[in-house]
Amino acid sequence: MSEIDNNQSGDTRRDFLKKTSLFTALSLTPLTVLKAADNKVDERFAELFEKIPLNLKVNNKAYSLKVEPRVTLLDLLREELDLTGTKKGCDHGQCGACTVHVDGARVNSCLSLAVMNEGKSVTTIEGLAKGEELHPMQAAFIKHDGFQCGYCTPGQIMSAVACVREGHANSKEEIREYMSGNICRCGAYPNIVDAIQEVKEKGTAI
Amino acid sequence: MDFFVDENDRVDGIEKVTGKAKYFAEFKLPGLTYGVLVPSTITKGKITAIDIKAAKNAPGVLDVLSHLNKPSAAGYEAGGGSPMKIFYTDEVFFNGQPVALVVADTFERATYAATLVKVSYEKAAFNTDFKKSIADASVAKKQGQPPYVRGVADAYKTAEVKVEQTYEMPVETHNPMELHGIIADWRTNDQVTVYAKTQGVKAAQATIANVFKIPQENIQVKSEFVGGGFGMALRTWPLEIATIMASKQVKRPVKLVITRDQMFTMVGNRPAAYQKIGLGATKDGKITGITHTAFGQTSTYENFTEGVVTMSKFMYASENVNTNYYVVPLDMSVPIWMRGPGEATGAFALESAIDEMAHALDMDPLEFRIKNDPETDPMKNIPFSSKNIKEAYKLGAEKIGWNNRKNKPGSITEGPWKIGYGVSIGVFNASRGRATVKGILNANGSLILQSATSDIGPGTGTGMVLIASRLMNIPVEKITFELGDSSLPPAPSQGGSTTLSTVGTAVNDVCVSLKATIAELAANANMSTTSNFVEVLKKNNLPMIEVTKQSQANQQGKEYSMYSFSIHFVQVKVHNLTGVVKVSKIVSVGDSGKIISPKTARSQMVGGAVGGIGMALTEEALLDNRYGKYVNNNFADYHVPVHADVPEIDVIFIDKPDYIVNPMGAKGMGEIALIGFAGAVANAVFNATGKRIRSLPITPDKVLEG
Repeated sequence: MSEIDNNQSGDTRRDFLKKTSLFTALSLTPLTVLKAADNKVDERFAELFEKIPLNLKVNNKAYSLKVEPRVTLLDLLREELDLTGTKKGCDHGQCGACTVHVDGARVNSCLSLAVMNEGKSVTTIEGLAKGEELHPMQAAFIKHDGFQCGYCTPGQIMSAVACVREGHANSKEEIREYMSGNICRCGAYPNIVDAIQEVKEKGTAI
Repeated sequence: MDFFVDENDRVDGIEKVTGKAKYFAEFKLPGLTYGVLVPSTITKGKITAIDIKAAKNAPGVLDVLSHLNKPSAAGYEAGGGSPMKIFYTDEVFFNGQPVALVVADTFERATYAATLVKVSYEKAAFNTDFKKSIADASVAKKQGQPPYVRGVADAYKTAEVKVEQTYEMPVETHNPMELHGIIADWRTNDQVTVYAKTQGVKAAQATIANVFKIPQENIQVKSEFVGGGFGMALRTWPLEIATIMASKQVKRPVKLVITRDQMFTMVGNRPAAYQKIGLGATKDGKITGITHTAFGQTSTYENFTEGVVTMSKFMYASENVNTNYYVVPLDMSVPIWMRGPGEATGAFALESAIDEMAHALDMDPLEFRIKNDPETDPMKNIPFSSKNIKEAYKLGAEKIGWNNRKNKPGSITEGPWKIGYGVSIGVFNASRGRATVKGILNANGSLILQSATSDIGPGTGTGMVLIASRLMNIPVEKITFELGDSSLPPAPSQGGSTTLSTVGTAVNDVCVSLKATIAELAANANMSTTSNFVEVLKKNNLPMIEVTKQSQANQQGKEYSMYSFSIHFVQVKVHNLTGVVKVSKIVSVGDSGKIISPKTARSQMVGGAVGGIGMALTEEALLDNRYGKYVNNNFADYHVPVHADVPEIDVIFIDKPDYIVNPMGAKGMGEIALIGFAGAVANAVFNATGKRIRSLPITPDKVLEG
């Protein structure tokens, strides 16, 4: 579990080593070691130093956190930072529901460990609008009804914004190809393509 | 009544595009814990031991539930039976059955600890082989629907021209984008709140009440936003009950979100089907006999049946029709209705056979269909409440350019591509049930409507707001429709294309009543009966008026046959060398009464066509019968359509009201959007190549074979 910790007093690598040698010193006999492992004392002990510091920006807000290395960026956003707009659809990078921008590039946040994003800047669907004013892509999705249940929508929109910025929205065929990593089971695809094409053709910087 | 022609946006659009819409897993409760399931690794047998020591010792673990520490659930004490009672027996009925649930303080810790649970089994022989079981007399079949005979059974056999073929459907999975699960939070020992992913908050409430033997009012089911359902959220699954038990046991809220591979085994599927169709016709193209025999897959521990042969009984004018439908119990998880349900499976077979007959007669399949289109319901011998399919055929044919189609297969080529056109029809019952809606009309000009219905994506709230807006002459932005909470006035589950008709009728009744009350209040205050309700309320010194109305099921079912219809036209391109099939043009025509919300209605038809592309070309849950396990249980291997698979889709609505069905004149659309679509694709592939593929999905290997 990660937690917000603003004084950055997390365990350092030196702390880790100190504790590890202490543990070794305490369990000299193989029997003790085995017994400790059997009772998962090692697990409980590991708990003391399993979180590592992480500094990143999400939607322009700086966070100093301590997280377990096995926490994905997706779970960090959803479970710890309460940014639930980013969706979990497969946890395998196969559906695109978890798409966010990391330093401007679209990324499946389920395939990125949170700790890999040290010093990076993440934008989620919550960071797209300017206050009450919707991002042009969000407005276009509403206008073209680019969704039904709405679950894949944040991922589609984040991907769509990147698709236009990348210069991959020059025709319907190109949009379809470059948006194929974002699955919509309700089947709003033609409407999504219309929304993206309209934003692209308006030519306003997004 | 003249309903809106304006293209109103979805009422919950802003929440959905900003990430503010909260789905079940997104409620942050104090002390929230995380559940992770341990699925069985065998297909059939008994659990002999579960070693939870290591898991319980892992950091952050609160408990590990299984049948060995049966959590309390009064309704389960008897054990056994159907529906399956989770954690109340050592029996394993299918591969991937949940056998334990680990609860920990974080998702990662629960996930890790679940890997430490060691389950020992005694394996038993099992059978998951659907196709083999059909011919195998040792596998007991059950009657899925009573046999039906009109006129002479098997009359097709003596017809001038006959077609006799078999059609196959694989297992399909709903796989909505949102993973299934639940959050359970016991407020007291006999009061629980659940944040669910359900198509029916009242049905979920009743199921939970029955399991825990507590009053329904002690259970609150919240499910405002649902990330797709397609039928899989029409019941409360065992894993949800397990989570509610766990929360009771650990005395903290527990959240369970299952994994994508678990979506293939724990929350139902569209069952495999094997169908035989016999069609007989005169040489000049009159159908004289239809015989439809279907086998569907079910499970050994719960039974499942659906309307696979329903359409064959009334879609075409034939004096002689007989149908039979059997289910084959297998050691697999139980199916559940998937969009279009059995009717979609049946339509693929019937609409393929109709096309085969047209070809045998050397007739245009459209002409053949029109020639055999019955004026009245041939099954019930009563009129249709409305049916405009001849007009639908005409409009769709014009739009797709049916004139370009050649009756001789393989006639049109474009470089390496062969071009073909196909058509099919879809039909589904346009029924209406009972629902209650409460309306609160406020002196500030707003109207709040409440009903415990769901919106899994079609735009239920949008439709209801538009109905009320038109009737009350109140702007859309002043109306709120609250749904997805079991504490609201009762409504049925969202399934079978009934919500707009059923709940909409109650909204209609509430609005009619509110208007009458306003007129009365106006008269009492010596105001004009057409006065604005805000002025009337103010004059009467009323902050608000409130009305609750229960609308009943349609009473005219004995006088009229009520159905929604769809006609799907497709153009396909089939690659000469690779056998790849691309759906290149789609025109779907909806004959579903008056369209209340054109924008969301169009999206629903588009979505059905996309689902149809998957059914026709890509979707197949592949089972390895040696192990009883799915081998493609993920989105990389189970192919649902993606952007690149979907062309532009033209939707045409006949848009003629049917006031027999309901006061809005609107009929359901969710099912017909999909039903029949796969048949149109198969027919188009035949027209393109001369190759008739009777086994879905139509993959390149089948196109190239032979």
